[in-house]
Amino acid sequence: MKYHTQALAYPYFIAALALFLVQVLAGVLAGTVYVFPNFLSETVPFHIIRMIHTNALLVWLLLGYFGASYFLIPEECERDIHSPKLAWLQLGLFVFAALAAVVSYLFGIHEGREFLEQPLWVKILMAIAFIVFIYNITLTVLKGRKTVVSIVLLLGLWGALLFFLFAFYNPDNLALDKLYWWWVVHVWVEGVWELIMAAMLAFLLIKLTGVDREIIEKWLYVIVGFSLFSGLLGTGHHYYWIGTPQYWHWIGALFSILEVVPFFAMVLWAFYLVYQSGREHPNKAAMLWSLGCPVMAFFGAGVLGLLHSFPSINFYTHGTQLTAAHGHLAFYGAYVMLNLAFFTYALPALRKLQPYNQVMNMWSFWLMTGSMTIMTFTLAFAGVLQTHLQRVLAMGFMEIQSQIELFYWFRLGSGLFFLIGAILYLYSALGSVREQAAVARRS
Amino acid sequence: MAEYLTKSAARNIFYGGTIFFLVLFTILTLHSHYYIQNVSTDASTLTESVARGKHVWERNSCINCHTLLGEGAYFAPELGNVWVRYGGRESAEGARMGLKAWMRAQPTGVPGRRQMPQFNLTEQELDDLIDFLEWTSRIDTLGWPPNDAG
Repeated sequence: MKYHTQALAYPYFIAALALFLVQVLAGVLAGTVYVFPNFLSETVPFHIIRMIHTNALLVWLLLGYFGASYFLIPEECERDIHSPKLAWLQLGLFVFAALAAVVSYLFGIHEGREFLEQPLWVKILMAIAFIVFIYNITLTVLKGRKTVVSIVLLLGLWGALLFFLFAFYNPDNLALDKLYWWWVVHVWVEGVWELIMAAMLAFLLIKLTGVDREIIEKWLYVIVGFSLFSGLLGTGHHYYWIGTPQYWHWIGALFSILEVVPFFAMVLWAFYLVYQSGREHPNKAAMLWSLGCPVMAFFGAGVLGLLHSFPSINFYTHGTQLTAAHGHLAFYGAYVMLNLAFFTYALPALRKLQPYNQVMNMWSFWLMTGSMTIMTFTLAFAGVLQTHLQRVLAMGFMEIQSQIELFYWFRLGSGLFFLIGAILYLYSALGSVREQAAVARRS
Repeated sequence: MAEYLTKSAARNIFYGGTIFFLVLFTILTLHSHYYIQNVSTDASTLTESVARGKHVWERNSCINCHTLLGEGAYFAPELGNVWVRYGGRESAEGARMGLKAWMRAQPTGVPGRRQMPQFNLTEQELDDLIDFLEWTSRIDTLGWPPNDAG
């Protein structure tokens, strides 16, 4: 750690990991309600649990990006963060807003558009915290060395802020509401967040492989170019059945195919660079996560997403458990693994240790990745069956749900294994140090 | 790696392409906005009670169990066409009474069956919500969902 303000990342990572645990616990609870429907039904009904599950995910991912930016920007820009005080203020505001949201959900106080349920004042608080962050980071980048990694990261973060502003527009016309709702939801996860992802991965690859920055950065431009070229009009695959014009059918299908390209390019990029370098970095766990992330993102976000993005297929599969299957692996592969990779890389420096607890960390990788894969398979099977029974045979929704209950048991089981993996990760990252990597003699 | 693509060329393609696609996306969205207001939804029947009903829908976070036009939580049935499923096209009064009776009877408490909470909606809120669902069922969704099951 060359710059002392990089230490700002540490409290962000701790807050992010705490909310990660909240997210997974809420997920296990929701999975339990699926198989024991009367469980908690009067005290904390399903819709409350699900809001906590999805909102905690979004907030902890953002906290991860904020922390990663505070760690990465000083090294890229070769100067300290503009104002550490503002960074602390931002953290306080953001964590307070997140906790306020959770508490208000438990009391049934919320708005009602999916993922944007935060009460208005919480949304405003989050936007203010985000603006403070953007101001702090932008000034740091402007005053320091400008690298492609920091510029792409900054663009992604600016984009995330600007597109979030659509969350404040809620027209009475439901079709219009949905049209612009996707400007937040889709453009975040299939657009500007991919810039953040590619920039963070690029930083990790530069550090882990030692390959020449010029090569890595050139391909970074190519990848984020593909992300936005495909991702913006790729929003079309959400505009099939909500009252939007039919031309979105072919635009959505065409650009959905293209949306796979940046994810596949990231796989090639990461593996090629690691192969090129031939260097063994002492932080093996960080390397494992950094390679696992693009692979799982490619399958979860890329392939699984594409499979039901064609209008002729989506007509039948839209809004079934297939969407849930795709959503879980996409978020896990692209963004959860990205953050966990970054934490694994940065925490030894932040805790002033050599890479530590690596075996335990890698166990958590396989536990979480394996169980999430199984969860995705079970939900995908449930979704295919549901599609056939409901959309082809016109059987009633509730009747079908009891037919596919076995899959929900498997999902709960894999969820429990995921929880064990998450706890193992938390312990390996933040707990006491049991083993350290031998210091590489050559370095 | 390819020598013919320089870093500055890659950068220019990125910026140029992004601006191009953002402009295109904005134009198509504005056209869709116009299309929704004039073709696919019935603006003349978007009354105050429909708008209030949308807020009832939101205030009670219905979307986190149900889906509406396929978007939502997959835990409970699709409601974009619930008006049609309840026979609202044939008998508006019957569908309205049926929906109200259903919501008032929750939770059923039947063991092993998913429970819908009791939201204690007033008569006015129930009517507004049903107006909203009725209006939603008339959005031109290009034939989706495939059948009444939703």
